[in-house]
Formats: sequence, structure tokens, C-alpha cells
Amino acid sequence: MSIQSNEARCTSCHIGYGWKDKNFDFKDASKVDCLVCHEQTGTYKKFPAGAGNPVKEPTLFPGDGITYLPPEWNKVAQSVGRPTRDNCGVCHFYGGGGDMVKHGDLDSSMHKPNKALDVHMAVDGRNFDCTRCHTTNSHQVAGRIYSTPAATARTTLAQDDLTPRITCESCHTATPHKPGVKANDHTDKVSCQSCHIPEFARALPTKMRWDWSTAGKMKDGKPYKEKGPLGTPVYDTQKGNFVWEKNVRPAYFWYNGTIDAVSLKDPIDPTKPVALNWPVGSPQDPNARIAPFKIHTGKQPYDTVHKTMLVPHLFGPPDSDAYWRKYDWQLALASGMQKAGLPYSGQFDFVETSYVYPTTHMVAPKEKSVSCNECHSRENGRMAGIKGVYLPGRDGNRVIEVLGWAAVLGSLAGVLLHALGRAVSRRRKEG
Amino acid sequence: MSANATDCKMVNIYLYTRYERFWHWLQSALIMILLVTGFETNGIYTLLGFKAAAEIHNFVGITWLIAFAFFVFWVFTTGEWRQYIPTTKKMLLVVRYYVYGIFRGEPHPVPKRREAKHNPLQRLVYLSLAAFLLPIQMLSGLLYWSYNSWGEWGLGWLSLPVVAGVHLAGGFAILSFLIVHIYMITTGHSLGAHTRAMICGWEEVEERESVEEWEIKPRGRSTPGEA
Ligand code: HEC
Ligand code: HEC
Ligand code: HEC
Ligand code: HEC
Ligand code: HEC
Repeated sequence: MSIQSNEARCTSCHIGYGWKDKNFDFKDASKVDCLVCHEQTGTYKKFPAGAGNPVKEPTLFPGDGITYLPPEWNKVAQSVGRPTRDNCGVCHFYGGGGDMVKHGDLDSSMHKPNKALDVHMAVDGRNFDCTRCHTTNSHQVAGRIYSTPAATARTTLAQDDLTPRITCESCHTATPHKPGVKANDHTDKVSCQSCHIPEFARALPTKMRWDWSTAGKMKDGKPYKEKGPLGTPVYDTQKGNFVWEKNVRPAYFWYNGTIDAVSLKDPIDPTKPVALNWPVGSPQDPNARIAPFKIHTGKQPYDTVHKTMLVPHLFGPPDSDAYWRKYDWQLALASGMQKAGLPYSGQFDFVETSYVYPTTHMVAPKEKSVSCNECHSRENGRMAGIKGVYLPGRDGNRVIEVLGWAAVLGSLAGVLLHALGRAVSRRRKEG
Repeated sequence: MSANATDCKMVNIYLYTRYERFWHWLQSALIMILLVTGFETNGIYTLLGFKAAAEIHNFVGITWLIAFAFFVFWVFTTGEWRQYIPTTKKMLLVVRYYVYGIFRGEPHPVPKRREAKHNPLQRLVYLSLAAFLLPIQMLSGLLYWSYNSWGEWGLGWLSLPVVAGVHLAGGFAILSFLIVHIYMITTGHSLGAHTRAMICGWEEVEERESVEEWEIKPRGRSTPGEA
């Protein structure tokens, strides 16, 4: 799903304070809302579909049944301070339209994590704020940007006080383990996160699958919602079916820090599941490491003639063609593609999709690190799909093995026959 | 029990010095541990867990390497290396003995002597083991162990799968040797005679006219003390 035509909701988080129409200038810094990050009262809330504006008078949002109160401007304005986890979490814990939806490693459990959940941000530990790692250089939040390649230098903060990208190595160096610990030999190929985040979504479940194709079912002529065993919605007429999981073992890929994505103009192959984005990197790339990911799968509409992904118009006024008004995919897709200024043939179907999220938070206590045999094993190991490296315990040489066993069993058979011969000949002589 | 059908007179001779016996049993223990942990590290089975297996394997491997260096020193300073010089003389007789004579209760064609501990077949097997198979295994193991330094050492062209493959093949070869070797020690005058010799140093052998000239290790250099 995509931003176009649904901006009034997305811009609650994505830069776009006061979005009104297509001509909004997303680059105009005066339209960045400072207060989300910098107010400390915890009362500054935006109306979910208010184009990044808080309400002017108490307003009920039917989506969550909460009444949004207008901010007490003097209190909010006076509380301006350095951003805390709560400030950043306003957007980052609720990405994708709710808590625990997008990233499996950033959700509301990270407001007050304990040490078992995150060794850095633990309230009973160092209590890092996000900005402790995501240091800024004139407000350019250090992090990762999908479109620019990996950090090219493995520098420490001491060497380079303001790294444009934060990495674990910025604080820990590339050999953080005691001398002789084998993990130090791994850091040139295996990212820290691969070993130190054994599972994500360890406190709250995260959404793993979103099937849009089943949306639109009614109960007694009305849209409805259903909750599953984890207490999370498994069906919503507006959105289709969801699958949630807790304590999820990540998927691993070579990754140099760049993630490529399919655009609405790129042709897709609907005969296979479509990867909407994918980590870039290969074993030959010296900047690439094996890194953990959450894979979110789904079923989404695509154009069966043009073979492109489609974007529906989801949210709009009552008389619009928006899906959440009329529950008609055909109208919503036509309207969405028209607003995006992209062609639509009028023929659509749903296709399997996947989407990756890097996993980098929820670093577990060291005793919980992934153990050697979870990677170095032949069956169901974490490194099962990773090519370009030789892992003892996972890889071997089947030819040598077959020949080797043949030699061993041959020797065994030989000596047994020989022993039998000796026993028989002796008995004959004695008997 | 005695399976000796001939009526030779038996004598006790001192075959293996204390150091030799110590070395033999140390090396066999090390090799057994290396085999067990090595095959586990390769992923053939799970016994101790990958971490323990790999760590023990590395430690024991390095220990073996150091101990082997002492053995090489001993072999050369004592002149015992001559016991390993290969020969073809009587080789066929020995082979004939093991495939035929042994079933008929014939005596061994080349009985052990202090100065000639190894028969021609043993010489060949032990020489290829000590000069060829074990060093290959040590070298490939050492390379495997130092994988993360290949770049610095200018060995970047090496391939880990190849080094690991050689090391695995060597492991199988040593295991095969071990099976035959353990069996062969039951072929003395009694099932336990050879084992006893390797424990106490003394072995009961048939008394015969002295060993032939070619078999004898020239004396003169320091020979390990007789008991
Ligand atoms: C108003 C909502 C909002 C707040 C508050 C916010 N962010 Fe963001 N942040 C976003 C959005 C939206 C993006 C995605 C931007 C993009 O992809 O171009 C983003 C991107 C990022 C990225 C880069 C991630 C990537 O996928 O490349 C980092 C790192 C980040 N934010 C950290 C922070 C930190 C640290 C804070 C608190 C100081 C914070 N953010 C507060 C909305 C917010
Ligand atoms: C211990 C240091 C640390 C803390 C604390 C931290 N981050 Fe990060 N974060 C990282 C690293 C490292 C990356 C990955 C950067 C890269 O890939 O180059 C990252 C990446 C991200 C991204 C990009 C998407 C992703 O998952 O890769 C977002 C968004 C983000 N952080 C948000 C946050 C927010 C919000 C908080 C506070 C709740 C936070 N971070 C706290 C270290 C930290
Ligand atoms: C191959 C898996 C692996 C990788 C990769 C790895 N670690 Fe570790 N790490 C461990 C294990 C296992 C421990 C547990 C303690 C030990 O054995 O020293 C540990 C312990 C630690 C500790 C605690 C050290 C101590 O002695 O108390 C820190 C800090 C750490 N790792 C940071 C990192 C960073 C930063 C990276 C990336 C540069 C990284 N690790 C990469 C497996 C790994
Ligand atoms: C801003 C500096 C900073 C960054 C960036 C950072 N760490 Fe740490 N890390 C620390 C400090 C400080 C501690 C010590 C925390 C404590 O002892 O409570 C620590 C502790 C740890 C430990 C040991 C936990 C334990 O059980 O003792 C691990 C493992 C670890 N970090 C892994 C990582 C990984 C993985 C990353 C990248 C995602 C990372 N760190 C990024 C500063 C950092
Ligand atoms: C997250 C998965 C992962 C874990 C956990 C892990 N390894 Fe590895 N290991 C790898 C990968 C990937 C390679 C290949 C790296 C390369 O070629 O440089 C590797 C290579 C190796 C190698 C052969 C190359 C070398 O560096 O010597 C050994 C030995 C090894 N690991 C031992 C261990 C031990 C011991 C542990 C536990 C302390 C461990 N590994 C934990 C993924 C892992």
C-alpha cells in the first residue's frame, strides 16, 4: 500500500504538517512539526486523520473510539526539551496505522522496556533515549537511509565524532568481545544484530501478514472486527485478515544498508510472490553483513494487464470512492491510481507480496545471544538460506563424506572378516 | 590364552621406551578426541554441541601440534627415524602372512626386535602416516584455525571449503587407519600381547636367530636405555 491519495492519514507522522492537497511542499521546513519530538507533557496528540494537525476542539475518532482533546498550548510549548523515547515513539512505535504493525523491534513496549527486552533502553539499565544512538548533526537524524549505501568506514565515535550513520560498532568497536571469543572473528561477515537479537517482538506481538483480498466482508450488513488469541485483530472489514506473532525468529540476508523497493511503475511477475522491497548486499561486498529482518507478507491488488502494483484510495469523505466508504475495490483502485497520476487498466487481482524490515533494536542481554549451533547446523539453522560463506556444521563436502564412510566401513568389514577367519581356523585346529 | 601353534621358545624383550609409550597413548587420546569433536564440528552428529565441539577441537589440535613437534625432535635425536625407513624386503612375506599364514597358525615372518620394531608393512604404513597423512591433517587444521588471518598473511587465495574438505578427508583416513590398527594389535601371540607391550614396554616374542642385518638400526647414537 502506498502514500498517494491517503496523505491526510500518513502525514500524521511523515513530514507534512497541514497537508491540504497535492501541491503541499514536503521540503518546506516550516511545515515540520517540532512539537511532536520536543514537547514533554505527553499530551500533544494529533487527530489520526487530521493531516498532521491536532484537534481544535474535543473530537471523537471513530477508528479507535478515543476523544482527542486540543492541546493545552502553553503547557506543551513550555515543556519543549530534548526528545525522549516517547517523542520518537509517537510515530515510530505506531508505524503503519497502529502499534506493532510495521517494525518488529519498535513498538509501545519500548516506552519502558526492561533489560530482557532491550539492554540499552532498559529503564532498569542505561535507559538510553533514541537520540543517544541516533545522534544528530544539525537535525539530520543519524540512522539509515534506504537509498544511500552502507556506511563505508568502520569508525568509532572516538575516531569520528559525528558519524553520518550510527552502527553498533560506533560505540562497541568491531571486536567487542573478550580476546579469544570466537564472535570477534564473525563481525566482518555477521552483523552484531544477527547474534544479539535472537527474536523480535519479545514483549508484544507484531503483525506478520496482512491479506487485503479478504477485506470488505460484512456482518449484518455492517463492517466488523474480530480479535484473535493474542488479543490483536485478525479480521477487519476495512483491511482484511491479519496474522500476528510473538517471539519471532528473524530471517537473514546479506545487507549493505541499502534497501531497494518496487515502485508503482515497475513491472512485477505475478506468478511468484512479489518482493516489494529487498535488502541489497552480497557476500562479495565488503560492506555487507548478514543481518536479521522481519518479513511481512501480504496480499495486495495489482493490475493484471499492466502488471504493476495498484494503490487504492482508502480514506476520504463519505461521498468519495474511497474503499473505507464504499468497500468497492474497483472504484477505490481507479480513484487511487487517478490521484497518483498513474495508468490503471481496470483489471485487478491480488498477488502475494513480501516486505522486509531491518531488525536492530531489542538487543537482548548477552546470555541470550544466538548460540553457535543455531547457525552452525544442517537442519533448520538460521543461516539456511545464506550463500557465499562456508559454515562448519552446516556445510560439508558430501562427496568426501560418502567416500570417507565407504573407506571407514570398508576397513571395518575387512577386519571383521579377518577376525572371523582367524576364529574359524583356530576352532578347526583346536576342534 | 596362547594361540601359538608352533613350538618356538618365547622371550621377553623391551620394545618401547617410556617416552615412546607416553607419546603413543597421548597421541591416541588426542586423535580420538579430535575425531569425535571434528566430525561433530563438521555436522555429522550432535553430541557436545557445536560450541563445545569446536572449542575442544581447536584446543586439542594445537596441543597435538606442539606434542608432535617434541616427537619429531625425539625421533631425530635418537635416530629412531631409521625404524621408519621403508623397505620392500620381506614385504610380500608379511602380506602373505596376514592374508594366509595367520589363519594357518604360521609364525610371523618378521618378529619384533628391539632394533627392528616394525615389520616392512608397518614401516610403510607408519611412514606414510607420520610423514604424510598426519602432517597434512595438521597443516590443513592449522590453516582452518587461522582462517581469519589469511588476508594478513597473504593467503587470501585459499578457499575455506577446500581446506575444510582436505581436513575432512584426512579425518576419514585416520579413522580408517585407527580401525585397522586397533584390530591389528589383537594379532600378537595373544590378543593382548601387543597392547601389553605398549603399556609396560615389554613384549613376548618368539626367540629366533638374530634379526637380519638389513633390519637393524645402526647403533652408536644414543639408544634409549635398556631397563
Ligand atoms: C512526526 C513523526 C515522527 C517522529 C516524532 C519521529 N520520526 Fe523518525 N521518522 C518518521 C518518518 C515518517 C520516517 C520515514 C522517513 C523516510 O522514510 O523518508 C522517519 C525516519 C526515521 C529514521 C530513518 C529510518 C529509515 O527507515 O531510514 C530514523 C533513524 C528515525 N526516524 C529516528 C527518529 C528518532 C530518533 C526520533 C525521536 C527523536 C524520531 N525519529 C521521531 C517520523 C517521525
Ligand atoms: C543502542 C542504540 C540505538 C538506540 C537506543 C535506538 N536505535 Fe534506532 N537504530 C540503531 C541502529 C544501529 C540502527 C541501524 C542503522 C543502520 O542500519 O545503519 C537503527 C535504525 C533505526 C531505524 C531505521 C529502521 C531500522 O529498523 O533499521 C529507526 C526508524 C530507528 N532506529 C528508530 C529508533 C527509535 C524510535 C528509537 C527509540 C525508541 C531508537 N531507534 C533507539 C541504534 C539505536
Ligand atoms: C557470532 C555471534 C556474535 C556476533 C556476530 C556478535 N556477538 Fe557479541 N556476543 C556474542 C556472544 C555469544 C556473547 C556472550 C558473551 C561471550 O561469550 O563473551 C556476546 C557478548 C557481547 C557483549 C558483552 C561482552 C562482555 O564481555 O560482557 C557485547 C558488548 C557484544 N557482544 C557486542 C557485540 C557487537 C557490538 C557486535 C558487532 C560488532 C557483536 N557483539 C557481534 C555473540 C556475537
Ligand atoms: C551509544 C553507544 C552504543 C551503541 C550505538 C550501541 N551500544 Fe551496546 N552498549 C552500550 C553500553 C554503554 C552498554 C552497557 C550497558 C550496561 O552494561 O547496562 C552496552 C551493552 C551492550 C551489550 C551487553 C549487554 C549485556 O547483557 O551486558 C550488548 C550485547 C550490546 N550492547 C550490543 C549492541 C548492539 C548489537 C548494538 C547495535 C544495534 C549496540 N550495542 C549499540 C552502548 C552502545
Ligand atoms: C548468526 C549466525 C552465527 C552464529 C550464532 C555463529 N556463527 Fe560461526 N559462522 C557464521 C557465518 C556466517 C560464518 C562464515 C563466516 C566467514 O566465512 O567469515 C561462520 C564461520 C565460523 C567458523 C569458520 C570460519 C572461522 O571464522 O574460523 C567457525 C569455526 C565458527 N563460525 C565458529 C562459531 C562458534 C564457535 C560460534 C559460537 C560462539 C559461532 N560460530 C556462532 C555464522 C554464525
